Amino acid sequence: MLGGGMIVAVSLLYLGLLFAVAWWGDKRADAGRSIIASPTIYALSMAVYCTTWTFYGSVGRAAVSGIGFLPIYLGPTLVMALAWFLLLKMIRTAKANRITSIADFISSRYGKSHLLGGLVTIIAVIGIVPYIALQLKAVSGSVTLLLGYPEIVMPNRSATLPVAADISFWIALILAAFTIVFGTRHLDATERHEGMVAAIALESMVKLVAFLAVGVFVTWGMYDGLADIARRAGEAEGLRRLMAAVPSGQGFTGWFSLTLLAGLAILFLPRQFQVAVVENVNEEHLRRAAWLFPLYLFLINLFVLPIALGGLLHFAGQGVDADTFVLTLPMAERQEWLTLLVFIGGLSAATGMVIVETIALSTMVCNDLAMPLLLRMKRLALDASEDLSGLLLGIRRGAIVLILLLGYLYFRLAGEAYALVAIGLISFSAVAQFAPAMIGGMYWRGGTREGALAGLSAGFLVWAYTLLLPSFAKSGWLPDDFLTQGLFGTELLRPQQLFGLGGLDEISHCLFWSMFANIGCYVAVSLLRAPSAAEASQATLFVDALRHGRPAGAALWRGRAEIADLLALVGRFLGPQRAQAAFAEYARRHGAADPESLEADAELVHYAESLLAGAIGSASARVMVASVAKEEPLSLTEVMNILDEASQLRTYSRALERKSAELTAATRELKAANERLQELDRLKDDFMSSVTHELRTPLTSIRAFSEILRDDPRIALADRTRFLGLIVSETERLTRLVNQTLDMAKIESGHADWHASEIDLKALIEQSVAATSQLFREKGARIELDLPDGLPRIRADRDRLIQVMLNLLSNAVKFLPAGHGRVRVALRPCADGLEVSVADNGPGIRGEDQQVIFEKFRQVGDALTDKPAGTGLGLPISRRIVEHFGGRLWVESAPGEGATFRFFLPLAPPGGEEAARETATP
Amino acid sequence: MTKKILIADDEQNIVISLEFLLSREGFQTVVAQDGEEALARARAERPDLVLLDVMMPKMNGFDVCQALRADPDLAGLRILMLTAKGRETEVSKGLGLGADAYMTKPFSTRELVEKVRALLGM
Amino acid sequence: MHRRMRTGERLVAAFLGGCVLFNYPLLSLFDRAASVFGVPLLYAYVFVAWGGLIALMAWFIERRGE
Repeated sequence: MLGGGMIVAVSLLYLGLLFAVAWWGDKRADAGRSIIASPTIYALSMAVYCTTWTFYGSVGRAAVSGIGFLPIYLGPTLVMALAWFLLLKMIRTAKANRITSIADFISSRYGKSHLLGGLVTIIAVIGIVPYIALQLKAVSGSVTLLLGYPEIVMPNRSATLPVAADISFWIALILAAFTIVFGTRHLDATERHEGMVAAIALESMVKLVAFLAVGVFVTWGMYDGLADIARRAGEAEGLRRLMAAVPSGQGFTGWFSLTLLAGLAILFLPRQFQVAVVENVNEEHLRRAAWLFPLYLFLINLFVLPIALGGLLHFAGQGVDADTFVLTLPMAERQEWLTLLVFIGGLSAATGMVIVETIALSTMVCNDLAMPLLLRMKRLALDASEDLSGLLLGIRRGAIVLILLLGYLYFRLAGEAYALVAIGLISFSAVAQFAPAMIGGMYWRGGTREGALAGLSAGFLVWAYTLLLPSFAKSGWLPDDFLTQGLFGTELLRPQQLFGLGGLDEISHCLFWSMFANIGCYVAVSLLRAPSAAEASQATLFVDALRHGRPAGAALWRGRAEIADLLALVGRFLGPQRAQAAFAEYARRHGAADPESLEADAELVHYAESLLAGAIGSASARVMVASVAKEEPLSLTEVMNILDEASQLRTYSRALERKSAELTAATRELKAANERLQELDRLKDDFMSSVTHELRTPLTSIRAFSEILRDDPRIALADRTRFLGLIVSETERLTRLVNQTLDMAKIESGHADWHASEIDLKALIEQSVAATSQLFREKGARIELDLPDGLPRIRADRDRLIQVMLNLLSNAVKFLPAGHGRVRVALRPCADGLEVSVADNGPGIRGEDQQVIFEKFRQVGDALTDKPAGTGLGLPISRRIVEHFGGRLWVESAPGEGATFRFFLPLAPPGGEEAARETATP
Repeated sequence: MTKKILIADDEQNIVISLEFLLSREGFQTVVAQDGEEALARARAERPDLVLLDVMMPKMNGFDVCQALRADPDLAGLRILMLTAKGRETEVSKGLGLGADAYMTKPFSTRELVEKVRALLGM
Repeated sequence: MHRRMRTGERLVAAFLGGCVLFNYPLLSLFDRAASVFGVPLLYAYVFVAWGGLIALMAWFIERRGE
């Protein structure tokens, strides 16, 4: 069944299906109903990481080094744990600055430098070429194998064939055509390809299913489970070591280097940047993808070792390349459908990688290499009427073809000398060179353009010398003694034992030296001078990407521009219709009727620049915008001022918010205070009015009697004596009132003098009772005392407490029924203090009056009794005295059942120290 | 014919002085110690004039004044209000409620007697 | 906000933990000829630790939404 026609038909059918999915995805995206708006699709698109390297090469690697294939997947797993910081920052930055490739990212970060963007592009293209060669090698290998079905014939050296007869050449061309159709149908400022992402996600599913199918077939179809394979391998000499020793012969250094390399690759491979950053539709997807993508890696690696061991056991001594076991095992078992599925899986792995990688690279070549060169030709820049969007598309398409042909070339030159994984690692090592400039750029403000240039160049040169050139030498395209004797026969310069550093595998060796040179130059050169204005402003945009309220790019531009010029400029690169639509969209967002009515302010200029940045890269966009807009260059000081201002504004706005909240609170407090004051004012008014009233009453009697005595000298002696007695008693009343009023005012204003001392309350009560005994006798009342001995002393003002006791006692006397009155004074200990009660058998106090009596000048009399002859200040003063020592004074009573005044004093008054201090300085 | 005057005040000593003063001037005096009693005495004794204190227990002078004016049997009654609170509002309130005159404590006994005589048309 | 910060801290902890789990010297403990249910010890260890780490990350990330 399997034959040349069948293979071609199935392949084209499959590619057709992918194209249909992509087309549908683009249609849906244009209609605003994205089919890739899901974290699962996002994670699957990230699985473009798994190429034929994974699909075919992992088994080959495992057949040589046991679990040595795993670091390539453990590294990304670990990095994904940090995705929420690293990738999120990259996504935010890229979106905010319309960055569409890793070259743009680095160039934009270091002051929109053309040179840097070009360098990154060159490194990326050269570094990725071996990787593309790897895919060509794997696909052409699988096609060649299938053509031999049912025999298993290892492919011949394709280098011996003429190019036109070489399958891989045609595969390269087909892939180029396919990629062009996929990725460069039109230009978009955002450079996003929803259809492509959908197709890639589908391919990821296909390759996973295919690989798991082979795994299950080998493990349980050909053998009796994992344990069976392991047991048989354990019996075979030479296979046993694959199951234990970590990475054979390379030790843990190699293991560590691969983990690190893979971790960096997942961030900085152009295709990973494309799917994870550029194609990201919603940064929330990142969250779930952070564990879904590692899960994918986990699943696709489950059966690698069983297949490797199964293949080694099955083909023992037959010279079958372990890189082909995934395909050759089903072939050997005559499983046609499974074989076809595996072929499709491998094709998926290869096409996915090639499509995304070449699209990413072509964008870079166009924006960061071709555009800057074109801009140098004055003629182009001056002829403003020309629509350049076609030219841009042409450049991209040409770049795609060129990159694939370079891949083919590398495959012809060096492909046969290396296993799949070894080729891939060369690319990984190249991509790792971006790490210092990228990570440093995102977290360190001090990195400069020269630093990045120096670091990247140094790292790239070391990489080429220690890894790329040896790969040519090993294929016989360079003299062999270059490897063994070093450059110019200098031993120290042997590319894989540079400066005599031995004992490392070639990857670790290259990683160490290239990173040493790269990071060293990046940091050292960056530190040579302070960042320029452009660098400082870009550094802030990148480093503060995750901070809210950072200054927008527009804040860092000053100048004048004409709206028509900007529209025409954008139109030249995006096409007039797209430009018109984009400006209309901007106008709509800013509430303007049409683009012409807009003001060409800094924000619009920035918008136009970011539109262009998507199409031609940020560095070129800046140059183009500068050609129509009269920018007034900002000095470093000015930039720093703006940035400073922005951060100050942030601070101010936070401070303002705080102040505003404080003001609201203060207003509330003021209002409350005002109400309290008004209340106090009212109380004071009442107080004054009460005092006046209380003063006028005795004065009225005094004046009346005095005038009577004055006006009539013939008044009887008895009347005269009586009136004079009344005058005296009213005068006494007046004096008392004045004293108590002053006393009250002093206590209330806190100016009263307190003299705290240790007091025996029992003795104090006895003394008070003795002082009032005359009153009791006059009224014919009895007084009972219940004062136990041995109670603790308390700290309070002696005279003041006597004042309280006298007040309570005289109050009680006032209300006692004449003749059979009875007052009971008791002292008893209670929790933390002492309680004194003065109980009478008077008329009692109604519930509603029990509070009133403690208010100033509020006497409660009774119809049956005379008006109480008090000032109405005794109880309020008593209560304040008791409260001053941390106690309470209250009354318990029911009408007709007498009243009991009680007060409680704590053993340790809260103001004890204060009281003590007041004693010291009276 | 002796005129009858009701003295309504809760301050014992003020009552004593007023009683003595008015008796000496030839008036007949009746005493009430609170507002309710004042109202009852006024109805029972039919005095020609009331000296009415404002701050009294049970019923204040304003309420008593209002009640007296509302009683048609007491149409000719003269009301002289006395108060220790000399504020303008109190004065106008008392006059508004139907009092014939107003005096603040402490008062001149001579003025008081003159006012009483004037109110009684003597 | 607080919750989100916690998730971040937990993920960093997972990263650091993973770095230790998949490197010398822990790895060398399992680098010997033994097997668990017929599966080579090293192979079993790496996959169990790997699966566990992914499960942990999933748990940290997904429970945040609750």
